[in-house]
Amino acid sequence: MAATSASSSSPSLIDTLFQRSLDDVIRVLRSSSSAALEAAAIARALDEIRREIRSPDLDTKVVALQKLTYLASLHHFDMSWAAFHALELLPSTSLPHPRAAYLAASLSFHPSSTDLLPLATHQLRKHLAPSPSNSPALAAPALHLLALASSPDLARHLAPDLLPILSSQSSSNPLRPKAVATALRTLAVCPDTAPVLFKPLVECLSLSSDPRAVSAAIGAFCELALAAPDPSPYLPLAPEFYRLLVDSRNNWVTIKVLKIFARLAPLEPRVTARIVDPVCQLLRCSPAKSLVFECIRTVFSSLLDHDAAVRLAVDKIKEFLASEADPNLRYLGLQALNMLGPAHSWAVEDSREVVIQSLNDTDTNIRREALRLIMGMLCDSNVVDICNMLIKYAIKSDPEFANEILDAVLSTCGRNVYELIVDFDWYVSLLGEMVRNPHFAKGDEIERQLVDVGLRVRDARPELIRVARNLLIDPALLGNPFLCRVLSAAAWVSGEYVEFSRNPLELVEALLQPRINLLPPFVRAVYVQAVFKILAYSFISFIEQIQAGELLAIGNSLNQRGGKQEGSDLVAAKSSSDQNNAFELEDGVATADKAILFDSIEKQETFKHESISCLLNLIETVVGPLSECGEVEVQERARNVLGLILIIRGTQFWNIEEEHELTRDNKITKIVELMEASFSEELGPVSTNAQKRVSVPEGLILNENLSDLLDILGDDDINPCASVSFSFRNHHSTETNQDSASAIGPNSLLAEHRKRHGLYYLPMDKDKSESNDYPCANEPLLPVSHGEDTEDIVKLPAQSLIPEKAKPTKPRPVVIRLDEGDGVSRSNLSTAKESKDDMLSGAIRDVLLRNEKKPSSTHKTSSDRTSQRRENDASENSELISQQKESNSFGDREHGNSSSRKSRHHHKERIESSGQNRDNEEKSHRHSAKSSRHHRRHKHRQREDAPLDIVPQSPVIQDFLL
Amino acid sequence: MGIRFVLLVNKQGQTRLAQYYAEHLTLDERRALEGEIVRKCLARTDQQCSFVEHRNYKIVYRRYASLFFLVGVDNDENELAILEFIHLFVETMDRHFGNVCELDIMFHLEKAHFMLEEMVMNGCIVETSKSNILMPIQLMDKAS
Repeated sequence: MAATSASSSSPSLIDTLFQRSLDDVIRVLRSSSSAALEAAAIARALDEIRREIRSPDLDTKVVALQKLTYLASLHHFDMSWAAFHALELLPSTSLPHPRAAYLAASLSFHPSSTDLLPLATHQLRKHLAPSPSNSPALAAPALHLLALASSPDLARHLAPDLLPILSSQSSSNPLRPKAVATALRTLAVCPDTAPVLFKPLVECLSLSSDPRAVSAAIGAFCELALAAPDPSPYLPLAPEFYRLLVDSRNNWVTIKVLKIFARLAPLEPRVTARIVDPVCQLLRCSPAKSLVFECIRTVFSSLLDHDAAVRLAVDKIKEFLASEADPNLRYLGLQALNMLGPAHSWAVEDSREVVIQSLNDTDTNIRREALRLIMGMLCDSNVVDICNMLIKYAIKSDPEFANEILDAVLSTCGRNVYELIVDFDWYVSLLGEMVRNPHFAKGDEIERQLVDVGLRVRDARPELIRVARNLLIDPALLGNPFLCRVLSAAAWVSGEYVEFSRNPLELVEALLQPRINLLPPFVRAVYVQAVFKILAYSFISFIEQIQAGELLAIGNSLNQRGGKQEGSDLVAAKSSSDQNNAFELEDGVATADKAILFDSIEKQETFKHESISCLLNLIETVVGPLSECGEVEVQERARNVLGLILIIRGTQFWNIEEEHELTRDNKITKIVELMEASFSEELGPVSTNAQKRVSVPEGLILNENLSDLLDILGDDDINPCASVSFSFRNHHSTETNQDSASAIGPNSLLAEHRKRHGLYYLPMDKDKSESNDYPCANEPLLPVSHGEDTEDIVKLPAQSLIPEKAKPTKPRPVVIRLDEGDGVSRSNLSTAKESKDDMLSGAIRDVLLRNEKKPSSTHKTSSDRTSQRRENDASENSELISQQKESNSFGDREHGNSSSRKSRHHHKERIESSGQNRDNEEKSHRHSAKSSRHHRRHKHRQREDAPLDIVPQSPVIQDFLL
Repeated sequence: MGIRFVLLVNKQGQTRLAQYYAEHLTLDERRALEGEIVRKCLARTDQQCSFVEHRNYKIVYRRYASLFFLVGVDNDENELAILEFIHLFVETMDRHFGNVCELDIMFHLEKAHFMLEEMVMNGCIVETSKSNILMPIQLMDKAS
């Protein structure tokens, strides 16, 4: 091989004589058993090709080009280097040569990579020219190549050469539809050609055209209308499109026409009124599913105001959804239902069972559509049932889809500051439940929402802390990397809202369990800070409790009701009625203190000196080593905690058994005040606009004062933080307390842990059952019966997809919303329009409005009276437009120019044509169903003519269809 | 642009025909795109639907024996109509080759391209009659 490639300088006779054909190369490739052999075979073939393609013998050259084309198109090899050789073959008189060259060029040329094609301009022109000597076998690939690879310049040069083919009248010129498609491409790359090409394209739509040309032209107009940022230039053609919609027997054409109408409908209300009947007719009668589906789409996108049509379409969708054997129809049915907004939720409700069954489909695409549909149905009255159903379902589905479900639920429920959620206790526990999903991977979003709900919804905090506790206490969750962010949120919640906790000491134990060293440092920092907050809270509560106890004792003695009580069990021992009496006397006591005291009394829970001591010991033992931690965040916070403990320990009476003595130390009072001051300020959400709303105080000139600093500070230092920021972010998830089974799970695990690592735990008297090891982290602990199948799932929301009104629910808690921008994602309505499209629309508008004024005489020969009349209609329309345009520009002055004459003529013509219509009408009664449609048209025209003359409308008033 | 590309791929994921319309992709992009589509579509079963969303295309595909016909279309395109188009393409090849198989397409790639050229131009379907599609090819066969 090395030898052959070395001699690749010039093709020899040997090469020509023993050239391998394309088939030979393919055979070698097929027989090469491994990728390496194949690569070697290809390399060898390419070497040969490089020599052979330079051969003066065209046959040798063409075979080489064929081989190269094959390798390039199927094995992705570059063949741009051979572009010139392909062009060399174009002028050959032997038909296979230029055909092979065209194939090679159409597979490899593109204006951005090959600039050689202009060299072949002349040759292309020759092949396009209609002459008897010229075989259409070459014009077709020439058109194909132009459609694929023409640059704007080339397109402009060759546009006139398309004209003879485009406007050829021979009934079945096979090139005409191809020329239409090529003209479409020419218009796209070079909008300047619109004046030349657009009129012949419009003519292709006429009745006299070859059906194939009509079909190609309608495809072209569909592309143009869909691609145009503003389809209004195509409105004047609406009568032609309507005729095709009614008359065409070609489903492909009808589908394209429907697409065009869907695009035009928003511009012109009369269009929808006109197409309703034909569309319903097609929906009812067409046997072609593709056409029926297109009708459904048209109805759902443009005809939603027509109830009968919508019902018909929904019925058809039901048929689609019911087709067990055809997943395509089920998929499309769901997709079409997704087009309907909440205003038509009845349609989804009708197919509820099928939709929910589809969640279980073998096809992920179908499942996804069903999920999208269900999420679209959510409203505040069914959100609970549906989300519960979905979360249960997610436990059993495959990992990918499970997370898609979680994602959908999270984003839908969190939308617009939880606008759907009424019962936040439920939602918070739902978040906790999601974390238990074995495939859970949505930690970031749950983290955000847990903290966000905590900040915004005060009433949800007790439930939130319960959920957080259940997460923190479960050692099995610690090892799962997807959960660490959720745990971080849970830890933050437990520290921030510890006053709602039933047992703060238990929280500290959970936060300090040995397995937390599995967490990443940033989460451990949050844990340590949470411990700090809980410690401060516990200590403050303890001291306040003693103070309250003393007050109580005083109160009691005032009441002469009992002796002075001492000791730690004072508060717990008192009956609550006594305490109430006592407190009623104590107007001087801060209400907040009372509330806290009552809370702890109700929970049968007190802080004892002993337990606080143990708490201090525990924290000291576990947090102590962290003060040496290499991670600064952890280290710093650990030292804060240890510092607080040190201060507490340092107080004078700490070791005294008599608790009430403690309060005599001023230092302790100071500590309490300090701690309270540190943590009593509640964190709230901060608007991104907050800074802007702070008015600048009079006399403060910011720039002046700060400008000196610019030299000192870098940009980064003085950039204000624009977004909402908190020191910690966290997430948590919960189990419901009512589920004793689920609550016991983590508890027993913790007990096991306590047994092993007793050193780190507070003393505890309860006996706990033993378990052997940690379960794997996300083992579903919820009591979900796994035998349950879709049938059960279907039952769940049996009545719930449709919003039920007047459902007794508790009032929605206050959700803090900062301003109109808060939580609402600002959708960037990107209205970036392609300038090319604009140019094209503009050019086409010009063509339609100016050039088309002249009624085309070419088709007058047609004997079909209806077609003639339609053409009159069409030209009337454009005349009407041009007339208005001119009257806009010239005012009311009468001009003797041709256009005003024409417009007068136009009125006459109109009257004549309506007379003609009446004639036709009479005749049409004797004719087929086809003319009965015309009949409707006429009536419509008569009905709507009058108001049109009176009501002035927007500049482009068109009379289409009327 | 209606149809963006037509791909024929065998069960092993080897491309057997590739035609792109109006979309210019470099060789590497093509290789990547074909690889992704093949991975997505070939893993699907008969019980799953024939439509796959990929990047900004909708892929409509259909399997005939060992060959997958994959057509990339715009999002506006009617999926069922494209399925009918694929079927027409297969029937046309079947009529020409007689019980068409993968080998026929491998060894007559240019003919498969000619048929496609007759049917689709610039992403628009321009011809749907089998005899019209095959006429130029038969003429050429006769001439040679």
